[in-house]
Amino acid sequence: MIVVIEPDVLERTLGTAMAGGAEFAEVFAENRRSVSASLDDGRVEQVTSSRDRGAGIRVVAGETTGYAYTSDLSEKGLAEAARTAAAAAKGGGTGGQRVVSLESAYSRPAVIQRDPRDVSTQAKVALLLAADEAARSAGSEIVQVSAGYGDSRRSVLVANTEGVFATDEQVRVLMRLSAVAAGDAGMQTGYQSMGHTRGWEVFDEMDVEQFAREAARQAITKLSARPAPSGTMPVVIQRGTGGVLFHEACGHGLEADLIAKGASVYAGRVGELVASPLVTLVDNGQMPGEWGTLGIDDEGHPTQHNVLIKDGVLTDYMWDVLRARREGRPGSGNGRRQSYRHLPMVRMTNTYVLDGTEDPDDIIAATDHGVYVAHLGGGSVNTASGDFVFGMTEAYLIEGGRITEPLRDGNLIGNGPKVLADIDMLGNDFAMGSPGTCGKDGQGVPVGDGQPTLRVAALTVGGTAA
Amino acid sequence: MNDLQALADSVVAQARPGEQIEAFVARGGETEIRVYRGEVEHFVSARSEGIGIRVISNGRTGVSSAGTLDHAAIAEVLGEARENLGFGTADEWAGLATPDGVEVTRQSLWSEELAAYPTEGKIALARELEAKTAARDPRIRVDEANYADVMGETAVATTSGVRQSGRENGCYMTVSTLADQDGETQTGFGFTVGRSPIEFDLERAARDAALRATRLLGATKPSSGRVTVVLDPYVTAQFISIISSTLNGEAVVKGRSLFRDRLGDQIASEVVTLIDDPTNPRAYTASEVDGEGLAARPNRLIEAGRLEMFVHSSYSARRAGTVSTGNAVRSGYAGSPGVGALALQLQPGSRSQSEIIAEVGEGVLIQSVSGIHSGVNAVSGDFSTGAAGLMIRNGALAEPVKEFTIASTLQRMLTDIIEVGGDVEWLPMRSTGMSLVIRDLTMSGS
Repeated sequence: MIVVIEPDVLERTLGTAMAGGAEFAEVFAENRRSVSASLDDGRVEQVTSSRDRGAGIRVVAGETTGYAYTSDLSEKGLAEAARTAAAAAKGGGTGGQRVVSLESAYSRPAVIQRDPRDVSTQAKVALLLAADEAARSAGSEIVQVSAGYGDSRRSVLVANTEGVFATDEQVRVLMRLSAVAAGDAGMQTGYQSMGHTRGWEVFDEMDVEQFAREAARQAITKLSARPAPSGTMPVVIQRGTGGVLFHEACGHGLEADLIAKGASVYAGRVGELVASPLVTLVDNGQMPGEWGTLGIDDEGHPTQHNVLIKDGVLTDYMWDVLRARREGRPGSGNGRRQSYRHLPMVRMTNTYVLDGTEDPDDIIAATDHGVYVAHLGGGSVNTASGDFVFGMTEAYLIEGGRITEPLRDGNLIGNGPKVLADIDMLGNDFAMGSPGTCGKDGQGVPVGDGQPTLRVAALTVGGTAA
Repeated sequence: MNDLQALADSVVAQARPGEQIEAFVARGGETEIRVYRGEVEHFVSARSEGIGIRVISNGRTGVSSAGTLDHAAIAEVLGEARENLGFGTADEWAGLATPDGVEVTRQSLWSEELAAYPTEGKIALARELEAKTAARDPRIRVDEANYADVMGETAVATTSGVRQSGRENGCYMTVSTLADQDGETQTGFGFTVGRSPIEFDLERAARDAALRATRLLGATKPSSGRVTVVLDPYVTAQFISIISSTLNGEAVVKGRSLFRDRLGDQIASEVVTLIDDPTNPRAYTASEVDGEGLAARPNRLIEAGRLEMFVHSSYSARRAGTVSTGNAVRSGYAGSPGVGALALQLQPGSRSQSEIIAEVGEGVLIQSVSGIHSGVNAVSGDFSTGAAGLMIRNGALAEPVKEFTIASTLQRMLTDIIEVGGDVEWLPMRSTGMSLVIRDLTMSGS
């Protein structure tokens, strides 16, 4: 399963890649196997296995990056991809051909207790059936349930002309469930998901039935929901669900590729106050077991614990090898890619805000009129203007310091720097959130996020009610 | 006979008694060139291949795939699919498509001109688009100018007698811009698509990208209220994609479509006629066959506001007691086909966007939306999305606005459509765009 390419083959491949006079070349090889099972409408519809294996070769010459990939991992296949990538990068090169010598391999694979490969497919399917039954028994309003299970093992190998030679193995498990409830006013949905960079042991600790009932409860609760309000008001976000706010409000804007192009509102602001002093934001690819965790990034750089904002002050951006090389500074372990078919880019890993001091109940009690968001969906951001949106999939009205009626789904919109400054209460109940897939430039990678309960003094809620 | 078809046939020939097998084989290539400040920033050149196998036996389905066409791997993939089917629940409707006698509309989806187009020419196009865009306005910086082309050959074979193969290629260019003024930055984008580079309209893409960014400069957050909106063609294309998800036969048979019981009802205003026509060669996603190898065909989903039909694959059709509409969709060789529209289009009206704006009088032109995936619930129908655009006052475009949302429900929006524009725009996506006027949305701002 582990990708094995002998060091001498890698060295010759890198030599071929550099032959046209490039400054940097890299081989990224990947072997991915996954199993997924899906249940819908009361049936296990299908169990799917997939495998994908290949290598991508990157050649940097001047300002130009050439990239080619192949599913042929023989020396001949690699050489051909290396020549294609070198030809694609031609023109910018000033360096000469040089002999590449790799350091001894660096490896930091995740520690898992039970390999999902050693667990029977029957047991995986049984999880889905148990979840389906639990969701349906949560109430007669539940009319439809779909659920999915997935596990994957991704082995990577990275070697480059700066001597980096690293391998990693990433094992992930994922489960999701979506419930539909029907009532007099139409249908509503509830959703739960769970994902970790861990093995099957996750399911020993997790109550799958409780997980399923939670999705069902959300759908049933929303049957009596009223339209969300329209306008600007205080918004309280429950712990472990609002990490996506930081992911969008500032995370993307702190990626060095966007900074380099002047396409971020945070460009040139290191050392400045960019958020409420309550906020300390971290991106941590080493966090044990989390969805966005990696041993090494997809450029062979060990992942790190990076403080991005400290007490409201911007301390650093996130970096990949290319951008860090140009700036003559160390990387930060944020070079990631969806697969060997893709070029690496600066990406987040697990991005979260550290605890504050408030009791979460006090935050609600201190809010006279606003919205309490118990579950957020996805979001997106325009890093250049800073405007971002994120969806609420379970929310309530706050009236007189108390949570009252449920609200229908809607988007919230704000401007990153302004929203960060408007965070006026931060709880002491930190939790990580659900697994996310972050999309950028057409590539999706697994990311985690987290935060304590917090309040934004003014956010625009995009509902239809006055 | 081409080698991919032979490969698919050879897998299907291994079916055991009582086994249904489908083999889908694909081989493709892509070129992606990004130019930044006159230099090639990156150049991706690649080829890939893979196979997906579906095995059905006693109503149970197993699926497996691999990103290689290596013979040993294919044998393993078939073995895994067989193994996987043992874990599925028996489903009386499970099965493969069977040939339905609908003739395939042959189209020229392969351009020799594109296949032979020199690499230097592609780079030159990206440079030219960047230069043309930057030259439009001194406040414009080009964030990236991209040229991309894709080519694919596929073959499908089933034990039920489907055998189809084909190849197609296409190309598109995109440009995204930043406009700066007084410490503020706004963004814009432009596209152009074609079967071959000679169909590109670089001027148009450059103009759109520059105009979209510069006209948003100075945008403020509008005050909340109820408004009539004019959706730009690209926004309309995103909106009709969401509408089509509610007309998906699989969502209907599983009770997830909000229009599941409305066949034959008036669900939209009379100006709305929604067609899925993959046989229209101008559509970027035009195709000869669907994901199960049945002929792709024109389907009229909504006729003058009346819901005429849902789109089906063979599976959803069997469950619904009807026949496939040729709407099985695949995303590559992995996985099994789902259901979806292939090339959507509203029947266009006759007027240009400026004529429409003059008629609307007061409202908002929505130039871009954000968070459609997070703020729209196609099951409940709740619609809420972030937006940016320009106010319409006295029948003309007025001040720019940003950082607001527009909201309604999908059901209401369909009946609140006042006009479909005649300004058809072909986009690199499954839907075609044109301006669309919808009244009475809630705008949330300050």
